[in-house]
Amino acid sequence: MNRPGLGTALAVVAFLTFFLGPFFWQVLTSLWPDGELTRPWPSVLTLENYTSVLWGRPFLRVVANSLLVAALTTVFCLTMGAAAAFALAKLEFRGRGLLLSAALAVSMFPPIATVSPLYLILRAAGLRDSLIGLALPYATFALPLTLWVLTSFFRQLPDELYRAARVDGCTPFQAFRRVLLPLAAPGLATTAILVFIFAWNEFLYALTFLSTPEKRTVPVAISLFASEYREPWGEIAAASVVATLPLVVLTVLFQRRIVSGLTAGAVKE
Amino acid sequence: MSGGGSLERERRQAYLLVAPAVLVLAGVALYPILAAVWLSLHRFILVFGERRFTGLDNYAFLLSDARFWAALGNTAYFTLVAVTVEVLLAVPLALLLNRAFPGRGLLRASVLVPWAIPTVVSARLWAWMFNPEYGVINRLLPGSDINWLGAPGYALHAAILVDVWKTTPFVALLVLAGLQGIPEDLYKAARVDGASAWRAFRSITLPLLKPALLLALLFRSLDAFRVFDAIYVLTEGGPANTTETLSIYAYKTLMRSGDFGYGSALSVATFLCVVVLAAVWMRLLGREEGAR
Repeated sequence: MNRPGLGTALAVVAFLTFFLGPFFWQVLTSLWPDGELTRPWPSVLTLENYTSVLWGRPFLRVVANSLLVAALTTVFCLTMGAAAAFALAKLEFRGRGLLLSAALAVSMFPPIATVSPLYLILRAAGLRDSLIGLALPYATFALPLTLWVLTSFFRQLPDELYRAARVDGCTPFQAFRRVLLPLAAPGLATTAILVFIFAWNEFLYALTFLSTPEKRTVPVAISLFASEYREPWGEIAAASVVATLPLVVLTVLFQRRIVSGLTAGAVKE
Repeated sequence: MSGGGSLERERRQAYLLVAPAVLVLAGVALYPILAAVWLSLHRFILVFGERRFTGLDNYAFLLSDARFWAALGNTAYFTLVAVTVEVLLAVPLALLLNRAFPGRGLLRASVLVPWAIPTVVSARLWAWMFNPEYGVINRLLPGSDINWLGAPGYALHAAILVDVWKTTPFVALLVLAGLQGIPEDLYKAARVDGASAWRAFRSITLPLLKPALLLALLFRSLDAFRVFDAIYVLTEGGPANTTETLSIYAYKTLMRSGDFGYGSALSVATFLCVVVLAAVWMRLLGREEGAR
C-alpha cells in the first residue's frame, strides 16, 4: 500500500501542475518584456516590470499600508483573543458554549451583510478612509478565528498546570499571564500567521471603506491596476509577485503550523 | 481563601477576560447586522441623506426583482458546482497526501500556495490566463479563441475554476485530518479478509470520512455562497449580469448607486440565505453526530 507506483507519480505531477502552474506563469509574466506579451514566449527575461511598479507607482506605499493594517489586526485580535480563549479553555463560567457558538456564527457571516452599517459607523466616527478604522471591522472575521484556534491550543495544555499555579497563590489572571500564556507561544504564533494572512488578503471592506488611492491596501491596488487603454499585465504580475512572495514563503516555511491551526479552528472538539 | 470565594473570583475574572472580545464582536457583528435590518426598512439614498421609514417596501420590491432572482440563481449554481468539484478533487488529493512517497512534504507545502495567495491576485492572474488573444489557456487549446470571461455561459464557469484552484487545498486538508483519524488496523483487517482497495475505500474510508466531509462541505458552501472578490475582479458580474452573485449585486447597489435602503435589504437577504444554508448543514451534522 505504501509502495509509490506510476499512478502516484502521475497524480503528483498532475496536482503540482494544477496548483503551482499558474503561480509559475505569474512569475514568468512578471519577467516578460512589456512589448513582447503578444508573442508565445519571451525572447529575454527582464526586471523592467518590477522597476516600473516599485518606483513608477506608489506601490511600496500600498505594501506599507497592508503591513500596517494586517499587523494592527493581528495585535488587536491576539491581545483580546488570548485572554478570552484562556478563559474559554480553562475557567468555569456560564455562557462558554454560547460564546464559542456565537464566534463560529460570526465567522460565517457574509461580509456584505455588515457593510452598510459599518460604512455609516466609520463615517460617523471619522474613521472612514483610515487604515486604523479598517482594522476594526477586520475583527469580524479575525477575532472568531483567533478564539477558535487559541481555545483549542489552550485546551491542549494540561489542566494541572493551571491548578498548580492557583494552589501556589496565583489569581486566574496571573496563572494565565505567567504560566499558560508563555506555554501557548506556538499557538499564538500560528494564530498570528493565520490572522495576518487573512487581513493581508481581505478585499471587500478595504474596497468599500478606503477611498484615497494612497491609502489602498495591496488587494485593492491590484484590483484597480488598469490603465486607460490596455491592461498592464506585466506590471500587474510583478506587483502580484511582490505581494504574494512573502505569503508563499511564509506558507511553505510554516506549513505544518498553518495546517494544524486551520484544522484546529475548523474541526470542533 | 475559601473554596467558594475562590470559585466566585474565578468566575469574575473569567468574565473580565472575555469581556473585551465579547464587546468587539457585538460592535463589529451583532450591532451591524441588526442595523442592516433596520436600514433595510428605509428608503435611504446616501447622497440625498434623507431617510424615510418604508416598512417592508424594499422586500416587496426584492421579491419582484428579476435581477435579485438571477443573482440568487448564479450564487446557488456557483456554490453547488464549485463545492462539488472541490470535494471530488480534494478526496483523491487527500488520499495521495496520506501516502508515503518521496516529495510528499513538497506537495503538501505547494498545494497551500493557492490558498495563501490573495483571491484578488489569483483572480487577476487567471484573468490574464483567460485572455482571449494572448492568454495561456487559449494557447494551450489549439484553435481555441474562446472569450472565457466575456461570453455568457463561459464566465461563471471560469470563476468556478478560479475558486476550485484556490480552495481545493483547504478541503483536502480537512479531509486529510479526517483520514488520519482512521485506524490503520481496519485496513489490515480488510486486507486479511481479502477486500480490494476499492472495497476498503467504500466500506471503511468513506463512511468514517463522512463527518470530515460534511464539515468541509459546510465551511466551503457557506464560503462559496458569499463569493465576492474573485468575481468582482474577473467580470464585475458581467457579461450581461451572468456572473452577478448576491454579494456583487448588493455591493453595486450600496456603493455604486448609493442606495443604502435596498442595498441593505439585499445584504440581509444574502445573510438569511447563509443562515438557512447553515441551519440545514448543522442539522445534517447533528444527525451524523447522533448516529455515532
